[in-house]
Order: sequence, then structure tokens, then C-alpha cells
Amino acid sequence: MSALSNSNWDRRNVLRAAMGLAAAGGLTACGGNNGRSGGGSGDSLVQYFHAYGEAGTEQAIKKYAKAYKGANVSTQWITGSNFEQKLFAALLTKNAPDVFEFHPQIQLIKSGQVADLSDIINPVKDDFNQADITSHTVDGKIYGVRMIDDPQFFFYRPSLFAKAKVEVPTTLEELIEVSAKLKTNKIKGAYLGNDLTPVQSNLIWSAGADTLTADNKPAFNTDGVAEGLKQLRTLFTSGNLLLGAPTDWWDPSAFIQGLTAIQWCGMWAMPAMQQALGDDIGIFPFPKVGSAGKQSVTNGGWSMFVNAKGKNVEAAKEYVKWLWIDQKEYQEDWATSYGFHIPPRTSIAQTATKLKTGLPAEGVKLFNEFGHFDNIGWTQAMISSVNDVMANCVRKNDDPKAQLDACEKKVDTELKKLFG
Amino acid sequence: MSTTTTRGVAQPASAKVSKDRPRRGLRASSTFNFWLFTAPFLIGLIVFVFVPIGWSIYLSFFEARFTVTPSDFVGFENYKQVLTDVDFLNSLVTFSVFAAFIVPTTWAFSLGLALLVNRLRFMRAFFRSVFFLPTAVSYVAASLIWKMSLFNGVRFGLANTVIGWFGVDNIAWLASPDPPWYWLVIVTVRLWLQSGFYMILFIAALQNIPRELYEAASIDGAKPGWQTFRYITLPQLRATSTAVILLLLVAAYQAFDEFFNLLSKATWGQPPLVELYKMALGENQNYGAGSAGAVVLTMLICVVTLLQGKIMGFGRGEEGK
Repeated sequence: MSALSNSNWDRRNVLRAAMGLAAAGGLTACGGNNGRSGGGSGDSLVQYFHAYGEAGTEQAIKKYAKAYKGANVSTQWITGSNFEQKLFAALLTKNAPDVFEFHPQIQLIKSGQVADLSDIINPVKDDFNQADITSHTVDGKIYGVRMIDDPQFFFYRPSLFAKAKVEVPTTLEELIEVSAKLKTNKIKGAYLGNDLTPVQSNLIWSAGADTLTADNKPAFNTDGVAEGLKQLRTLFTSGNLLLGAPTDWWDPSAFIQGLTAIQWCGMWAMPAMQQALGDDIGIFPFPKVGSAGKQSVTNGGWSMFVNAKGKNVEAAKEYVKWLWIDQKEYQEDWATSYGFHIPPRTSIAQTATKLKTGLPAEGVKLFNEFGHFDNIGWTQAMISSVNDVMANCVRKNDDPKAQLDACEKKVDTELKKLFG
Repeated sequence: MSTTTTRGVAQPASAKVSKDRPRRGLRASSTFNFWLFTAPFLIGLIVFVFVPIGWSIYLSFFEARFTVTPSDFVGFENYKQVLTDVDFLNSLVTFSVFAAFIVPTTWAFSLGLALLVNRLRFMRAFFRSVFFLPTAVSYVAASLIWKMSLFNGVRFGLANTVIGWFGVDNIAWLASPDPPWYWLVIVTVRLWLQSGFYMILFIAALQNIPRELYEAASIDGAKPGWQTFRYITLPQLRATSTAVILLLLVAAYQAFDEFFNLLSKATWGQPPLVELYKMALGENQNYGAGSAGAVVLTMLICVVTLLQGKIMGFGRGEEGK
């Protein structure tokens, strides 16, 4: 040992070996190990998905990708609640995904981040829900393929309603009253998500207003919406609302575990709820706000986009066409085998037997009767501005009219940047 | 004995070899060795710190939404936007409140722990490890445990279970700013995470205080306990306390993880880093305004640190005090 430590030759060799290894490592890093699976240049694609809560979804997406022979497709399954931020940041780098799921937003198109998919959608355009086609179209070009439509509404326990002798609410005042009657020392009346933002668009629609006008001007700053915000504040401070639940609104756990009698959630959670509660589940839309309003349902969902700045745009488009236009079997599997979603393709929706009867069929009915689809001009920055209104008015008790005015200014600035 | 003699002869031989092969050229150069070992860190520093800072300053003068290679020069427009942004200004207030809570609390708590552990006769190493262990836990993991298990708003959350024994109704600790229960959650999680580290620093400092001082004080009639602590222990810990307070203040400025994870979609309780993250990397993707905010915040941190150093004498020699 001492001989070794006294030898300059050995020390030098050790240093050389270490530097050699470092150099080799560096050269290796310059090769193909970039996180993508196998293949030479041009036949590897990366797709981004947010983590779905339903068991089996990640495996399903990877199974579809593996079945594709045109390229090696690897999947980044993004966990956590900030998929948007991770996606936006990744799109600015060289490691941006080639294909990603998101909601239609004009900002992505204006900044040249998503590719025009008209050529792959046009041949089957008529088979899609036309509201979905509209929400993905700018200047006659279609920029994304809808994968699933996700109606969101209130779920409730009919047995608890019967016990409390209350009816399904049709107005926001009734929802507040019903929540008070349903609340016991074990269970809260209603759950609208921990920060109440999931219902913010419904509050606007149910008050007879809209996020934007047809010619892209702010349309949410009305007296009806301000009144609705005040009513929500009443519900928030009543002690009848479930707040601070360990899982958020999109997860049915709070409802299943008996923490709340009513929960705002999506149709995707129906199978899990039915498994836990059997037939003791009902659904109703977001109730009317004020006299000029109308009940509303959010028709959320996810769409596939191709990164226009990616290295493999054509290969990515081919993959999107193969999976989300040609492979109807996979599309039905994705929409109905895990959580329940409505397939945006009419031909698939008509044959989806799981959505034909019972509660899922009722969900489809509410979707058709009260649904509001994505507005491509309503961007993430605008959504974030309304998030602040919900936080400041409902959770913090600021003046709704002043907050709506401030929000309108922010949204107006965004609109001017987008539409001039 | 002879063996010993042989070994004694053998050792100078090694020195002779060394003398016969004097170090020459680059191998002999201490400058080469300096650069050999310093260069990787220096390159890292330049690539990952100085270049991003320079790029950030560059971005702060451009309209840079959804791009980090902008072309639209806007002068000081981003600075104007940031300095008139109510949310950013509120974030500085939030930081001040947070620092006012966390710095003295952590200082006192870790010093108290150090005094307790230092007095232990048995199992000192065990308790030292127990209190130090949370330092190894990630802020994100701890925040999620605090949010989902200890301070959730439902009846089976630990905090609500405990107050439920006294007939108090469930509290939604993080849902509302009125009353501001969220501070309790934020301060306790950080206290738990970092007290152990500062406790170790204080233990080291306590062990360096000469016993003779306490013996002399005892002979002079000083009572053990508060009097000894007040007039001997505390003054002897002055240098460590100054360093601890400086580190705590810097850590408070860096607060991000627990606020980000505990207060999602809140407009209150947002420290500067969360506000800048939202500005640059959130839904707005406004790298220009975010960079301007980062420059403003960096300058602010420099000023505060220099002021604190001047007031508390950090870095000055004993003679300078």
C-alpha cells in the first residue's frame, strides 16, 4: 500500500485513467443516449403525457406506442400537478417532445409551436364532434387531434339526499342550502376542489356570461358573475364546504371515502365511484347563477399536438395519424377501458357500449345538453388571471367587481398581444 | 532490532530517489495543479451560473414571451412592469414576514436543541442523529407530508384529530388567508427540516467554549443556568450565531419548495422565487419580466447581505469587533 502511494507512475496513471474515463463518458454522452429508445436518427419520437389517475392508463399508452412500427416512440409520463409548466419549458429546448397532449390554445399556434394537422384530419373531419373541430381550428387550419372529451359535473349520493330530505339543486342558492342540510359532523355538504378553480368557467357560463365573445373580447365581467362570486364566498365560509382534502377534485377519493355528499369531478372517475358505491351515485350540472343563467357542464378533454419545431415533424404526424385517426380500437380502449371519456369520433362514440346505459349515458346526455367546449382563444394566462379572481374574491373576500375589472384588463392585454 | 535498523536505512533511500528525479515542467508547476483541480469547477460556475445570469440580464431588456431567444428590445419596460406588479411587491412583504418568523425561531430552536443535546450524559449521539435526520429529507416530500397527512383539512388529519379531542371543529389549514393558519404549516415544516443542521453548528461551537470560563464564573459566584448562559455561553456563540443568522436569511430568500407545494393557486403567501417562477415559467412564460424580477431580487439580496454583514460584523476579525 505504501509502495503504491509513493509511486508517481501509479498516481499519474490513475489520473490518466480517470481523465480517459471522463472523456469516454463525454463521448458516450454525445452519442444516441438522449433518453429516447433505440433507433437511428429520424425514427425516434418522444411523446409527453400528463399522469392520468386511472389504473392502467400509462401501460396502455406505452402499449399503443410499442405497437407502432413506423418509429420508436418513447413516452414521458409527467407526474405532479404542473404538467403545463413542464411542457412549456420543454418546448423551448432541444429535448422538446415531438408529440404531446394538451388543450387547444392559440398561443401555441401564434408562437409556431404546434404543426398544422389539417392534411391528416380533413379526410375524417366529418366523423369528429364538430365542436371539437371548431375548438382546434384557426384560420381554417386544424392544429390538434382530439383524443377524448371529458364532461365535468357534480356527483352526489342519492341515499344521503333522501336522508336529508333534499332535492337536486338547480340554482346556486339551492346548492348552498342543500350543502348545509347534508353536512353532519362526519361529512361535509359539497366539494368543489381545494382551490375552487375547477368551477370558475362554470360560474361564468351558469351566470349567462362567457369567457370571450365570438370576436374575442372579454365577456366574463358581468353583474351576474360578480353575484355568483359573492354566493360562492358564502358557501366557502359556511363550514359546509370540504376544504383541504388530501386529494384534489379530479380524484374521486373524497367522495368515495365519505368526506363529502357532493363532489365536482369528471366522467373519468365513474368506474372507480361505481366500484366503491354501486348505484348510490347521481350527477347534475353546475346550477344556474342568477335569473339570467343556465346550468352548465365543462366539456374538458385532451388533444394530441405535434411540435412544429421538432426534428421529426413528418414522422410525428404519421404517428399521430396512425394512433389517433386510424386505430379506432385503441381510441375506444383509451376512452372506455380505464376511466370513462366520450370518444370525439362519432363512429366510435356510437359503438361504445359502456356509455350506452346507466350513469355514463346520463353523463353523455348532460354533455350534449349543457356542455361548453374549449375556446382556443382562452389561453393559460387568461385562465390563470381568473384563478386569481377566485382566490381573491372567494377565498380572500376581496370585492368581486374590482377583481373582475382587474382581470379584464389583464385578459385584454393578452388578447391585444394575440389578436392585435 | 536489525530489522528496525534496515527499515531506518530504507526510508532515506526513498527520499534520495525523489532528489534524483526533481519535479520539472508542468508536473512541477503549482499553477498547473491549481488549474487542473479548479478548472472543472470554474467551467461549471461559468456555464451554469455566470452565463445564465448574463443571459437573464439580456432577456430582461427584451419582450421574451414563450421564447428565450427574443428579438424585440423593450428597454426598461420589463423592470417597470415588475416594480409596479402588486403580486411581486406583495411577495417581498411575504418574504419579510417569513424571515421575521423563521430566522429567530430557527435560531432559538436549534440553539435550544444544541444546549439540551450537549448536556446529555447518555445517548447523546442518538439524539443528535434523530434531530439531524430531517435535514436529509427533501423539502418537497416534507411539504407533501405536512399538506396531506398532518395539516389536511379533513377529520383524519393529525392536527385536526388532536384539536378534535378538545371539541374544536376541523380547520382547513391551507385553504384560506383568514385566519392565516398557513403560516403555522410553513414555519413548522421548515423548522423541522433545518433545525437539526444548525443544532450541529451550535453543538460544535458549544464544545469549543473553554471549561475554565465556567469554572471562573462559578468561583466569582455566577449561578448556573440563565446567568451563565446569558453572560458566558451566548457571547461565546456570537460568531456562530452571526453565521447561522446569515445562512438562515439566505435560506429564507431561497424559499420556494414548501410555498410552491403547500399554497398552489393562492395569491397570498407567495415569496419572491415563487412569484418569479410563476411569471417566467408558469402559464405566462414571460422570460423577460421574470428575468427583470430576478435581477431586482439579486440586487436586493446583495444589499441586504452587505447591510447585515456591516451591522453584525460578519467576516470581521475579533479585533475589528
